[in-house]
Amino acid sequence: MILIPLIPLAVFLLLGIFFRRIKEPVSGYIGVAGLTIVSLISFYIAISYFLDFGLVNGEYQKIIVFRSTWIHFTDNLKIEMGILLDPLSAVMLIVVPLISWMVHIYSLGYMKGEGGFTRFYAFLSLFTFSMLGLVLSVNIFQIYIFWELVGVSSYSLIGFYYKKKSAVLAAKKAFIVTRFADLGFLIGLLILSYFAGTFDFLTLTNLDFIQTLNGQAVTFMGLSVITWALILIFMGGAGKSAMFPLHIWLPDAMEGPTPVSALIHAATMVVAGVFLVARLFPMFYFIEDGIALEVVAYVGAFTTLFAAVIALTQYDIKRVLAFSTMSQIGYMMLALGVSGYGEHEGLGYMASMFHLFTHAMFKALLFLGAGAIIHAVHSNFMQDMGGLRKHLPVTHITFLVAALAISGIPPFAGFFSKDEILAAAFEHNKLIWFTGFIVAGMTAFYMFRLYFRIFWWNDPEYKHKPHEAPKTMTVPLMILAFMAAFSGFIPFSDFVSTDYSPFHTHIEWGLAGASVGIGVLGILLAVLFYKKENDLSDRFARAFGIFYKWTFNKFYIDELYFFITKKIIFKNISAPFAWFDRHIVDGTMNGIGNSTVWISEKIKGLQSGRVQDYAMYFVSGATVISMILWFLLNN
Amino acid sequence: MQKQKKNRCIMINGVSIYEILTLTSIMFFIGVYGFFTRKNLIAMLVSVELILNSAAVNFVIINKYMFPGKLGGDIFSIFIIAVAAAETALALAIIINLYRLIMSVKTKDLETMKY
Repeated sequence: MILIPLIPLAVFLLLGIFFRRIKEPVSGYIGVAGLTIVSLISFYIAISYFLDFGLVNGEYQKIIVFRSTWIHFTDNLKIEMGILLDPLSAVMLIVVPLISWMVHIYSLGYMKGEGGFTRFYAFLSLFTFSMLGLVLSVNIFQIYIFWELVGVSSYSLIGFYYKKKSAVLAAKKAFIVTRFADLGFLIGLLILSYFAGTFDFLTLTNLDFIQTLNGQAVTFMGLSVITWALILIFMGGAGKSAMFPLHIWLPDAMEGPTPVSALIHAATMVVAGVFLVARLFPMFYFIEDGIALEVVAYVGAFTTLFAAVIALTQYDIKRVLAFSTMSQIGYMMLALGVSGYGEHEGLGYMASMFHLFTHAMFKALLFLGAGAIIHAVHSNFMQDMGGLRKHLPVTHITFLVAALAISGIPPFAGFFSKDEILAAAFEHNKLIWFTGFIVAGMTAFYMFRLYFRIFWWNDPEYKHKPHEAPKTMTVPLMILAFMAAFSGFIPFSDFVSTDYSPFHTHIEWGLAGASVGIGVLGILLAVLFYKKENDLSDRFARAFGIFYKWTFNKFYIDELYFFITKKIIFKNISAPFAWFDRHIVDGTMNGIGNSTVWISEKIKGLQSGRVQDYAMYFVSGATVISMILWFLLNN
Repeated sequence: MQKQKKNRCIMINGVSIYEILTLTSIMFFIGVYGFFTRKNLIAMLVSVELILNSAAVNFVIINKYMFPGKLGGDIFSIFIIAVAAAETALALAIIINLYRLIMSVKTKDLETMKY
């Protein structure tokens, strides 16, 4: 069990230290071999947890497989590292290694001949290690540590093409934005642990413990401090999961290599925020009747709509997928937000995890498919594509499966999870349900806009004839397509629930029919607009005019950030600080240094090099001291 | 008791310990002064000899006046003479080597180890 995070770490160290020695294909084989072992162990453990030893008396056990004290401050305050196995981490034990494994194999083909092949695999392994450490954490502090580690590996992989200026800027942006959000996480974590007196998840999610916390907490601005702590922790999660308004880094993160986008910025790392909220779900739900959870719900609902609207207008296929990712994560967040606690009440929670699972499959598939397309066409923009279905048959089919899955068309995976989410939202909050419902239609529309625009539209003349990707790339596509098509049939509510005991769900045919209907409507619209080359979409865009322009420029959020940081923060806050630093702080330090130099210039004559002088100083000093001693002793 | 004390003070006819100690002190400080001010290494060596010798005489005198019939002080003075001889040999060897190297035994030529 402990081997699961340690093997990727070992691979990372091996490849990282000897990256000059290990040549191109070998490092890839090492990485793939390591991940294969990890995946097999993880699948075995996760599956036997669910089917065999996890369920005791109708309730899934929280098993601490391993725990050791890492830093011991006092008996109360100590930081532990360990591995916690419960349904949540077991689900992640399937998702993370599976996607990572597929991406490792896929990269053998995709990254072939790119510079820094070994470096790429080293960072992939580092990321896998950190992500596994994150999902298996026993306490919130350990999660924080691995949280930062995934941030670092994400940073280095976004900036993988470090000679490209835009990639460097994107990496920097991603790091700074998520780091800023993590500041909130850290503060929230400290407040929480200060009042709770523990970092441990088992204690923090204990219902009696939460009730005592509820009773004793201090209030601040009308809300209890614990609620504030949870909102701050959610801020960290929102930064990682690209929730509005901390989403600005995710579209730019597409500067990284496409397999990285598939692994980190679509399937695994960006759902860390969802995972964190789910981990602390009892706290979110019970502290002050779930005010923090309302925040989660509305942020998620807003983001899902916002991102879907932007995705309608983008031309860079990876950016469309990036906004789609944001939108889907918004879905997961809103599902958590509308969830209750207990058997059927916890439907939203289950649906969120289910959607996390299925989304990881089909979004990784979409990204890897996009990678195959980019590999073939050498461009990110849909204007350069069209009619690719003849050239890339495997990619075409798998991409279609993924697009159907994300659009929520039965029997593909997305239908089931999205239906559960909408059902949960409908019971709880009609406004949020309606948002989700509209977004379902928009999702179908922009996914099929993408699909038709790439694979149908027209037949342009390609300079290089596009060719199907090599086996290493198509085989992962096929495996993921299988998962995207059929993973919806997993009876997820038997495995994951708020109170750890299985329950049964049934499909609400009315709601499901409505959401399928709007999905089909979106697809039909896309057929109308994009199946054959025509100017309908341009006419439409012109009709919307200013609104289209705003959307196309992502509502100018980036510009707003620039305005706030450059014009307001840098000018009015940072500049005075910089002045203070340069003149007062540095001035003091320079003053100390300069006066030392000045004094030593004056007194360096003492160091004459004449032994006689030294002897004289010594003797006169000895004389003075002995006279003082004599004087003191005689009194 | 009274007689014994008197005996201790006057061991050499007409000369008290204070006079001899004054003499050795003067000798000691002449040596120190010479060590500080001489410009020639040989002269400094001679001054060191003066310091050592004053110490040796002190040993003998104090032994003689305070602990008559014991030999500790005398033996120490012999030690000092031996050490002084060794030290002189060493110092002279250094001085000769220095002379070979820089053709001088002046202290002002030896000020290279400074700031």
